[in-house]
Amino acid sequence: MLDFPRWKRIWLWGLTLVGVFMALPSLTMLAGERWPSQLPDPEINLGLDLAGGSHILLEADTGQVRSLRIEAMEEEVRRALRDADPAIAIGDISTANGRLSFMVEDESQVDAAREVLLPMTEGVGLTGQRDWTINVVDGQRFIFEPTDVGLNQAVENAMDTATDVVRRRIDELGTREPTIIRQGDDRIVVQVPGLDDPQALKALLGQTAKLEFKLVDQTALPTDIAQGIVPPGSQILPFAPDASQQGAIAVRRLGGIQGDQLTNAQQGYDQNGTPVVNITFNQEGGRKFAALTTANVGKPFAIILDGEVLSAPNINEPILGGSAQISGGFSVDSANALAISLRSGALPIDLQVVEERTVGPDLGADSIRKGVLALMIGGAAVLAFMFASYGRFGLYANLAIFLNVLIILGIMAALGTTLTLPGIAGFVLTIGTAVDANVLINERIREERRRGRRVVQAVEVGYREAQRAIIDANVTNVIAGVLLFLFGSGPIRGFAIVLIIGIVTSVFTAVTMTRMWVAGYLRKHRPSDLNI
Amino acid sequence: MKLLKLVPDNTNIKFLRWRLPFYIVSLILMAASWAAVATNGLNLGVDFVGGQMIRATFVESTEAPVAELRDDIAGLGYGTPIIQRFGQPNEVSIRMRLPEGEDAVQVKDLADQMTNAIVGEMEANYPGVRIDGVDSVSGKVSSELFETGMLALLAAMVAIAIYIWVRFEWQFGVGALFALVHDVSLTLGLFALTQLEFDLNIVAAILAIIGYSLNDTIVVYDRVRENLKKYRKMPIEELLDLSVNETLPRTIMTSMTTLMVLLALMFLGPATTFGFSAAIAFGIFVGTYSSIYMAAPILIWLKVNSDSFVPRETATDKQEKIARGEI
Repeated sequence: MLDFPRWKRIWLWGLTLVGVFMALPSLTMLAGERWPSQLPDPEINLGLDLAGGSHILLEADTGQVRSLRIEAMEEEVRRALRDADPAIAIGDISTANGRLSFMVEDESQVDAAREVLLPMTEGVGLTGQRDWTINVVDGQRFIFEPTDVGLNQAVENAMDTATDVVRRRIDELGTREPTIIRQGDDRIVVQVPGLDDPQALKALLGQTAKLEFKLVDQTALPTDIAQGIVPPGSQILPFAPDASQQGAIAVRRLGGIQGDQLTNAQQGYDQNGTPVVNITFNQEGGRKFAALTTANVGKPFAIILDGEVLSAPNINEPILGGSAQISGGFSVDSANALAISLRSGALPIDLQVVEERTVGPDLGADSIRKGVLALMIGGAAVLAFMFASYGRFGLYANLAIFLNVLIILGIMAALGTTLTLPGIAGFVLTIGTAVDANVLINERIREERRRGRRVVQAVEVGYREAQRAIIDANVTNVIAGVLLFLFGSGPIRGFAIVLIIGIVTSVFTAVTMTRMWVAGYLRKHRPSDLNI
Repeated sequence: MKLLKLVPDNTNIKFLRWRLPFYIVSLILMAASWAAVATNGLNLGVDFVGGQMIRATFVESTEAPVAELRDDIAGLGYGTPIIQRFGQPNEVSIRMRLPEGEDAVQVKDLADQMTNAIVGEMEANYPGVRIDGVDSVSGKVSSELFETGMLALLAAMVAIAIYIWVRFEWQFGVGALFALVHDVSLTLGLFALTQLEFDLNIVAAILAIIGYSLNDTIVVYDRVRENLKKYRKMPIEELLDLSVNETLPRTIMTSMTTLMVLLALMFLGPATTFGFSAAIAFGIFVGTYSSIYMAAPILIWLKVNSDSFVPRETATDKQEKIARGEI
């Protein structure tokens, strides 16, 4: 038990020093100093409750993916059958009830249609499972239904893209070190430290920024639109609240173009000094836009953002230059936000804020200062108390506790974990158990001395007997910590992570390290009595 | 150097003599706690019920004008707020229910408007007010937080009981679990009684209490296990008393040191940690008490004896003994 060969001592000290070194950048940060940037600097992350900032939890409307896919499939089917040789005419198209159904008009073309359509149902993955099922009922009616596998894959892709888009948008804001993580199947966590007012951020994230250009259905009567009677092949869309026109307008459902093929979007002003957004299409988008405007000179087309019509200007002449100007009652801020959103791409899925927490930076800084002070005073009292109770053995315990705190900080910094308020509770608990380990050992040594054991034997028995309880107590705490980490959310995880790290390191410092020091003392001084 | 000893050597306090009255008192306290939770309810924070919470400090005054503030905000027409001081007397938290709306998006918009209105009102009427934070949690997320929190707590408690059962004996597992239930109940009772805000941080505090109390229980149990092997003929009550007395210096010492850190955190630390430092400090008293008076006596009633830890004498052992002429 008390035998520590040189290689073991070197190892133990080496491990300890690595831990302590990793803690140094965090310590200088907590003390409000700067760590020299040329040195490696794994600083501990402070949670928003300590450092101030905004935490926003976004949830995606996954149900939307199904309808979007069906819509996209409708266009694809139409195009494929139109381009088939000979063309296959279809009618009675419906996208209701979460599926796409249509009639092939000529019964003799049903097999040909199936041949064309079947390849479109294959999944992109290697599993060989189809993204869609096709059924033919009543001889002529095709029914497309998305499979769960295909839908899940689509949701997965949409969430990945959405996370990227969110990241690009926040990067455009130029904030410091944002954290953007996907959580679960349909959520994204955004954490931006040091941000005081999250309104701008929320406005930016809440905007899907799906830009569309569609032709206005001029055959629709205003009275019909007001009553919500939809002409076939069209849809009724409301004007945006800030648009120059009010009410609603009918636009052709198909044949428009999407505004996702952009190379740039900038906020600017029109000739009247009103804020607008200038967009530049990429090559393909520019070509499509030119074709659309060339074919429809003199007709109005609607500029649609997230299902609301911003404006419906007339096409005075073909627009061939590949750029366009969007107006729609913008302020400079909203035009700027839209430009950012368009530049960073549309969200493939609507996101909404389901949880939002903001902590003012003043409070955060105040919390850290007071928290550090309180822990230092409390810690100093404990150290004094330990020394008064156990003398030399108390000093060893104190050194162990001191190193333990540093090593916990160091490991947390190296792993990139976040220290939160509940994490401090975890800290208090682990320091408590670390102190307890030494108390157990020292009390046991006292007891064994009282029973008349000789010095070395008393120390050996003390460590051996105390260790059993220490291990049992710590293993149960680690079990609890792991379960809390697995099942818990947010703050509970913050607690659990400190607990798990702290228990492992406290056994190391409070048991192994102190034993090494005690062994060194016994070997060197060979005391005949212990003052304990 | 004369060293400090909080507990004299070789104490022999008959802790277990009073086990019945203490058990009755504890059971009554547990029942009272649950009754308090049932009647008063816990003052659940926005984490668990959803809603908006605004934290503010009145920097220029020593005390926050809670009554006027409540009237002012109620006058805005969003309902009556729950306003509480926390930490310093000039720090308040203002909680509002989420406004009603047709769908989640609309609720969120209305909630933002409400927050802006309240913050605007406060900044206009009370110069020197500092908004420290705004929390907004939707109903869906809050019920999830509640469920995952409870699930984590339950899973941890069950796993702990199983581990102790494996390492000790089933009676010890039951005893430890009972002591944990006792500690958690009383802590919940305290929160129901004082109406301190109960949020996710408090769940973390309860977890710390569980961890601490468990540590205490295991130390006592470990000594019981050791003594059961050592003194096979000793009556169980005497043996438990001996174990508790032997571990008493350590129990007191550890409780004292942990309390020191917590008291410092309570009175010198930031306002936001007050609730949970107080909870843990309370839990340490309760946890220490329960290890002695809840976890130990239950072993008597569950009929623990030394057989559990002493390997049975096998046939070969017996033959060897006979061969050695011991029997």
